[in-house]
Amino acid sequence: MVNAWVLASIVAVVAGVVGFFTVLRGSAFAAHAIPNGSFAGAAGASLIGVSALLGLGVFSLAGALTIGLLGRRGRHDVATALALVMMLGLGALFLSFSEEYAQAVYSLLFGEVLGISSNDIAPTAILGLLCIAAIAILYRPLMLSSVLPEVAEAHGVSRFRMEMLFLVVLALATAMTVPVVGTLLIFSLMIGAPAAARSFTDRPLIAMALSIVFALLIVWIAIAASYQTNYPVGFFVGSGSAVSYTIGRVWATWGTTAASQRRDAGATTTTTPLPS
Amino acid sequence: MSHFLTPVFAPGFFASEAVHIALAVGALVAIVTGTVGVFTVMRGQAFAGEAFGDIGTTGGSGAFLVGVGPLWGFVIGNLLAAGAMETIGIQRTRGRDLATGIVLGASIGLAALFLYLYTASHSTTGVTVTILFGSAFAIASSTFPLIALLSLLALAITITLYRPLLLATVSPEMAAARGIPVRAIGTLYLIALALAAALAAITIGSILGTALLVGPAASALRLTKRPLLAMLTAAGIGIGAMWLGIVLAYDSYEWPPAGHGWPISFFVVTIVFILYLISGLPGRQRHRGENLEQPQPRLHTVHESQ
Repeated sequence: MVNAWVLASIVAVVAGVVGFFTVLRGSAFAAHAIPNGSFAGAAGASLIGVSALLGLGVFSLAGALTIGLLGRRGRHDVATALALVMMLGLGALFLSFSEEYAQAVYSLLFGEVLGISSNDIAPTAILGLLCIAAIAILYRPLMLSSVLPEVAEAHGVSRFRMEMLFLVVLALATAMTVPVVGTLLIFSLMIGAPAAARSFTDRPLIAMALSIVFALLIVWIAIAASYQTNYPVGFFVGSGSAVSYTIGRVWATWGTTAASQRRDAGATTTTTPLPS
Repeated sequence: MSHFLTPVFAPGFFASEAVHIALAVGALVAIVTGTVGVFTVMRGQAFAGEAFGDIGTTGGSGAFLVGVGPLWGFVIGNLLAAGAMETIGIQRTRGRDLATGIVLGASIGLAALFLYLYTASHSTTGVTVTILFGSAFAIASSTFPLIALLSLLALAITITLYRPLLLATVSPEMAAARGIPVRAIGTLYLIALALAAALAAITIGSILGTALLVGPAASALRLTKRPLLAMLTAAGIGIGAMWLGIVLAYDSYEWPPAGHGWPISFFVVTIVFILYLISGLPGRQRHRGENLEQPQPRLHTVHESQ
């Protein structure tokens, strides 16, 4: 139980940080596709008898590079979809070779955080630190390239290179988080918490901090609820993310209404109200 | 003549009723997804298309739980999700992937719960794999008419809306200026997409559904700029990939490890993926700027970003 708390907290911090850029860059599809597709790597790893983490890592990296390369020429969402189905197709093939894998599929897809041992903490923590370090180093160019890609190009920050680097960080985050919360749900943690955080503030660092806080809250509540009810953690993570996003949206709508009322009251500004 | 073809078509291929059904269903799904998929690619809604495949799983597992036919679970689950995505704001360029992502995340969480409840009460784990991967060889022929009917509905919506939808896709501003209800058209199309994806997911599995929805259409749009021709090409590519995949899957019963076939989805996805790569080759010489399949410049307005 303590292991689960520690591990899930590491995952939440990484998901909060990486997810912030995922939402900013509009890379939600890639954040869904890389973890989802990488499970095929775990299936393949179990087939040839190597560690599942290795399989996950290799496949998530391969998926990230495929998405980046294919997306360079042609639509990004098409590239992501095709990379995803290709990985899943391989996963289906690997699964058909090993018949007794059904239960493992379930836990890989939806996570098995409560069944985690203390041996899993060290690799996850190292990979997590690596992700956060990479984001910290890339912070300024990545931020510029995400918000104003043309300006970034003019400053010599290649959009393509930034995309590739970001996808690799996403792949790293995937490889470390998948065994904990499952391939399918790491993504809702990466989307829900940062999207909610962005509704509360426009300042990037504060938004990132808020995003970590939300992700931590979601995961902690999910584990506690799952422990109490015996329902899968994934259910609570998924619905927690959606709820946090809804709260953010409601808050943002309130904020804009209040702001436009304030603006109407003070006649000095001529700004038009924001479209909702 | 059949002797010459034996290396390609393993004995019994044309006699098997399961194969007949798989070929027919595969063709039908390929036609619907190819036609609907052209707009999916042009509108940049591949994520939504993919998400509907997964969301169908939630509906399907919910249907298992309450004991209804999974088809209705897929259809109803997807229509509800389409409504939720529309409410969150899938029509705006900036919020599109977020709207899809939030709905998908919540839905996967629900799927986890449904599957947990189902396996807890029925003690079978095979259902997870069945729902997630589907198999074209395992369709009950009794559901075929219903699937065909709903597929035709999705096809009919897309074809009826063709002209306004095309204008609303290529230039929303011009469409709005001409009095076309852009948002309503977009919502109707989303419903067609949800239906098409639900049917594809339940008949051939969500992996293949996505592959057929996105792959052939994207390849076709790289080969031709005319949307109608692209729809026909996409349907053709889809049927070809599906049938070749079925033939190979049938043949693979003889391949190592002997005893059971390789999954159809693996073959079809590989064929679709390779075709997409090949279709990009002629475009290397052509001028890139005019291609419909190329990403359109994104608008970076502060107002839209929230």
